Amino acid sequence: MITIDASGMHYKELNQLIREGIEKGIKKFFLENVNGQYYIGDGIKGDDVVINVNGVPGNDLGAFMDGPTLIINGNAQDNIGNTMNAGKILIKGDAGDVVGYGMRGGKIYILGNAGYRVGIHMKGYNEQMPIIIIGGKVGSFFAEYMAGGIIVLLGLNDSDEFDSEYFASGMHGGTIYLRKKIDFSKYSKEVELYEADEKDMDFLKKYLVDYADSFNIALEGITDKPFYKIMPSSARPYAHLYTSA
Amino acid sequence: MTKSSFSNIQSEYLALIDQNKCVRCKRCIQNCGWGTYSFGGDKIISDHSKCVACGRCYTYCPEGAISIVKNPTIIRENANWKEGLIKNIWRQSETGGIVISGMGTTFKYKKYFDHILLDACQVTNPSIDPLREPMELRTYLGKKPSRLDIDIDVNGEPVLKSKMPPQIELQTPFVFGAMSYGSISLNAQKAMALAARALGIVMNTGEGGLHDDLVPFGKNIIVQVASGRFGVHRDYLNSGVAVEIKIGQGAKPGIGGHLPGEKIGVDISRTRMIPVGTDAISPAPHHDIYSIEDLRQLIYAVKEATGYEKPVSVKVAAVHNIAAIVSGIVRAGADIVYIDGYTGGTGAAPNIIKDHVGIPIEIALAQVDERLREEGIRSEASIIAAGSIRSSADAIKAIALGADAVAIGTAALIVMGCHVCGKCNTGNCSWGITTQRPELVRRLDPEVYGERLYNLISAWSHEIQEVLGAMGVNSIDSLRGSRERLRGVELTDAELKALGIKHAGL
Amino acid sequence: MLRTKNKFSTERDISGCGLCGIINAKKVKTNGSDIKKSISVEHDRGNGLGGGFAVYGNYPDYAELYAFHIMYDSLSAKADVEEYLKNNFIIEKEETIPTFNTSKIYDHPYLHRYFIKPKSNRPDKLFHELGDDDFVVNSVMLINQNYDGAYVFSSGKNMGAFKGVGYPEDIADFYRLEEIEGYMWTAHNRFPTNTPGWWGGAHPFTLLDWSIVHNGEISSYGINKRYLEMYKYNLALRTDTEAITYILDLLIRKHKLPVRLALTVLASPFYQKIDKMDGDKKELYTALRQIYGSALLNGPFAIVFGYANGMVAMNDRIKLRPLVAASMGDFTYVASEEAAIRAVCQNPDIVWSPKAGEPVIVEFEEKNIHQKGGLIGL
Repeated sequence: MITIDASGMHYKELNQLIREGIEKGIKKFFLENVNGQYYIGDGIKGDDVVINVNGVPGNDLGAFMDGPTLIINGNAQDNIGNTMNAGKILIKGDAGDVVGYGMRGGKIYILGNAGYRVGIHMKGYNEQMPIIIIGGKVGSFFAEYMAGGIIVLLGLNDSDEFDSEYFASGMHGGTIYLRKKIDFSKYSKEVELYEADEKDMDFLKKYLVDYADSFNIALEGITDKPFYKIMPSSARPYAHLYTSA
Repeated sequence: MTKSSFSNIQSEYLALIDQNKCVRCKRCIQNCGWGTYSFGGDKIISDHSKCVACGRCYTYCPEGAISIVKNPTIIRENANWKEGLIKNIWRQSETGGIVISGMGTTFKYKKYFDHILLDACQVTNPSIDPLREPMELRTYLGKKPSRLDIDIDVNGEPVLKSKMPPQIELQTPFVFGAMSYGSISLNAQKAMALAARALGIVMNTGEGGLHDDLVPFGKNIIVQVASGRFGVHRDYLNSGVAVEIKIGQGAKPGIGGHLPGEKIGVDISRTRMIPVGTDAISPAPHHDIYSIEDLRQLIYAVKEATGYEKPVSVKVAAVHNIAAIVSGIVRAGADIVYIDGYTGGTGAAPNIIKDHVGIPIEIALAQVDERLREEGIRSEASIIAAGSIRSSADAIKAIALGADAVAIGTAALIVMGCHVCGKCNTGNCSWGITTQRPELVRRLDPEVYGERLYNLISAWSHEIQEVLGAMGVNSIDSLRGSRERLRGVELTDAELKALGIKHAGL
Repeated sequence: MLRTKNKFSTERDISGCGLCGIINAKKVKTNGSDIKKSISVEHDRGNGLGGGFAVYGNYPDYAELYAFHIMYDSLSAKADVEEYLKNNFIIEKEETIPTFNTSKIYDHPYLHRYFIKPKSNRPDKLFHELGDDDFVVNSVMLINQNYDGAYVFSSGKNMGAFKGVGYPEDIADFYRLEEIEGYMWTAHNRFPTNTPGWWGGAHPFTLLDWSIVHNGEISSYGINKRYLEMYKYNLALRTDTEAITYILDLLIRKHKLPVRLALTVLASPFYQKIDKMDGDKKELYTALRQIYGSALLNGPFAIVFGYANGMVAMNDRIKLRPLVAASMGDFTYVASEEAAIRAVCQNPDIVWSPKAGEPVIVEFEEKNIHQKGGLIGL
């Protein structure tokens, strides 16, 4: 275990300390007084490594991360889990724009809201199945070009509508779960809305339990309503866009 | 609307078979990826509408019985309403689609390389014999500090004060341009990997990730990160000698990529982590880059993930304001900038973009090099020039205009049999290059074409050495950026100014 | 027609040449007769369109001041330049450079010299903090580029260039070099090939204490020039010699490279050789090439350059131009032809022919002549 006082520290130095620590076999890191340092957890490995962050971490938190767990005890900025491959990121507050861009695996749990462009181009293949769970609401351009994985939007703050527009444009794989029915006519032509069935809920349950445990909230407050799911209506939403010369 | 049953578009080519020569061996049926030929009981018959003039059938016809000719049936000539325009109107009226094709533009724009002449020595300074004297082509790509800081060691000898930033070492100033697994076949990539290793140069994965079979070639590979982030993860970033962030591509500046579902088989699906048969879409922008400081953020995200041990390249298309753009990229921390001219190739791009967007690489390069020098930051990043480098002469001229190295894409495919038919997007390539159909891919032998690629680049390198010798220098360093060794012909004052060269005779 | 500047419509001014140099490591002074005698042996290497000399130690009374030698085409040019000098420099002394009519040199610019130092309250201080050397460099470039009919051809301390259009032995007579004394001399005989000779274009080319004489045509001039322009050098003369001088100024004065290493940039070893070096050395030489590839002088050259601490003679990395060196006691001689040395030192202690790209470095007050592995013939 190691505690690093990050106040006034440049990200290069901070991340170097983390990488060196992991190499030495340190499993638990406590970063204090973090304020805006980019790239925390960028490209690090180690399934049993846990990094606790106090303060606001900078952009690209957990970019290219491959196994460790990052616990952020407050808000975080943009580009969380950018092209992340494995591991877990817990945000106990709100997240900025572009969460989980091109994400390939692992989990991102956000207790509060997330910004614009969440889950763009998320991927998945067999056992590699990234998952993002958002407690609050999200901004526009949600789940564009989604090709795989799972995004769960809980709307726990009970706002009646999502604020977002341009929902799931170009989605051609993966599944989105909603804890709330939405007026679907407002959204993408490329996806279909279904009611989540028992099988879906069984599948989801282990993630929801994990989510509730992670933030120490009651599972019942999450599963109190029926869920809906959104899937692509076509594997090739743009197949007829082109004609060959 | 009711679908009409006919098309206005007639066959572009006729696949003619000399029935007297034909021995009915049916090799043409096997070889054609387009289904042009079939056996009609006693003879081979051609469906001309399928022929794209890819040249595979007559190359492999043992009797020389096939000729492919342009369909002599004319569309009335009209210099304004050209045939291609009329056909596209028909195509689009029949499908409602955006017209796309592969390779670069087929429009006849002025090719500036063909209007630039090289210098040679005569008596006042001597030429050098490249066969006898050393003639250095070695090139390092990466950020160079503007000055060397040294310490003196205990023996009084000078030593480096700080390590050089990471560099890619090339034995000759060529790289293979980015062509992804998916857009081209794995065998085509393997051929380039084998050649790159033998030549001491590098190939580029393109944006489709790195297939396991190519992992052993890491020392000769640049891995690419594009907006689709296909196959991008920590180990991928660390598996090559450098990482390239692709912003744009010469054939399609400002738009993303679209690999049609026809080309997404199981293997590609796994490498790219998208469902089988779906279209692989690279968005037009990186969604984490909407401003230059975001590019800086991604460059350093990559550097952090690779421990600052790999140069980071940024690939952009040559567009009107390229000089300022590249200056920004260099200041954002790129170690290499790859500039792709408007004649660059592609797997698939809308013709509207391909034929009408961007600027020539010659002019872009000259402007960029000049701008970076004015700002005193030319050594901060190396420049790779691309966009249909068709010969060693183009390469030499590009280097004299300011490139550190040039990238070879289409020329490499031509080595593998490509006849530039431009149908890469369909996935039917008879040569096994831009296809994922196993029976077509199998025919492209990586060893055979790896050797031919090796031969081509070796031959071009020798030609560069000949030219260096004629210019009286024995290192490519002394040609790089030396516009004084170039003169223009048949160019206007504005063109000469844009290229930064003088007219012949001046 | 007099010309202080290169007004010919060429991108560069190139020439063939002969050169020689004499240095006394103990700073014992000699007059200009020897150097004149030596360079005149190489008469046929020039064509009468340029000759010149640099001498060090000739202004002991003004050793702390920059000695500007300026050639003028007209008195109005002189007035303009002097106004600039008065605004920016303290002028301790100024005078016409003594010259003497000879039958060979009858047409010449007006030649004047100034012993000056930059004012501490000069106007440019409002905008930046330049050291005196940098300010002098800027001033020289400014005058040479912007002041029509004026050309600064020498700007160092306790040294001076004396040059013009003519054979060097006639130029020596014109300036009466036998009346000038110094501890280091270099000389040049020019054969311009693409312009008629012009006074400013004669060698040596000088900047601050640097003086260069040079033989051969640099085939890499185009990129050397663009490289220097990136560091704000203005190559007004369009000569190879000017480019070489600026490269040395950049590497040695600004980038603080040791002289030997700077010379390695000019004539770098081939990668083939570098690859066989070990560890640190390989890394250093590879870095030198990576960083300074555009400063490599490619093509045939032999140069002799003088600087405050001594003299260096060197040729290109595949030795396409001749260079001979000899020493006798504290004297070292270098020249394009051995005969030029024998003319003034009949029986030197040793005579040798330096290896390709390996400099002969003679520094004052040092016992050894640096020429590693270079003793090819005695």
